[in-house]
Amino acid sequence: MNELIGKILIGVGVAFDFFGALGLVRLPDVYNRLQAATKCVTIGTCFLLVGAGVAVGTAGLVVTSLVCAVFVLITSPVGAHALARGSHRGGVELWEGSVVDKYEEDVDRVEHEHDPEEIAYGSEESS
Amino acid sequence: MAISVFIVIIVGCAFLCLYRLNKGPTAPDRAVALDILGTLLVGFCALYAVKTQRELYLTMGIAWALLSFAVTIALAKYLEGKAFDE
Repeated sequence: MNELIGKILIGVGVAFDFFGALGLVRLPDVYNRLQAATKCVTIGTCFLLVGAGVAVGTAGLVVTSLVCAVFVLITSPVGAHALARGSHRGGVELWEGSVVDKYEEDVDRVEHEHDPEEIAYGSEESS
Repeated sequence: MAISVFIVIIVGCAFLCLYRLNKGPTAPDRAVALDILGTLLVGFCALYAVKTQRELYLTMGIAWALLSFAVTIALAKYLEGKAFDE
């Protein structure tokens, strides 16, 4: 029974992994690929690890697989976020069909606020 | 039996990542493919642990996940166009 449940969990995880890898190949630019692949592959690998723990069921393997699942769940999104930030700041263009770029707007707003001439002009206006 | 089929599918996904690693038009595409390949190989280690009923392979998976995370962070810093000590 446990082995069947574990195999079902492993099957779900493998399906998520497959769709993530498919998104990595099919989508048009680096940000789309990053979000599709990271989300699918992270949750797929977590399902796979938990399924491995359930299917085998010895104490050592259950603990090791849970620790590994938590570790993947923490590190994979952090790495993906760092990669997205790095590629945006490194000047990779968005796909032409993208409609919004919140990070660019945010960078513009912050630079605007810290521009000294702009602040002086603003204080003259207010006084 | 089912586990062997799953292992074949995971290896196929790894080859899709290798396709993107080969083709990817920009450097960040290749970095993303490398990151995803690392996470997929952790899953492969888990499947192999189920197949052989040995805990050793999952320990290997933890070590691989740690190494993959460090590589991803270093690559992200590199792609940002800065030196590593900034």
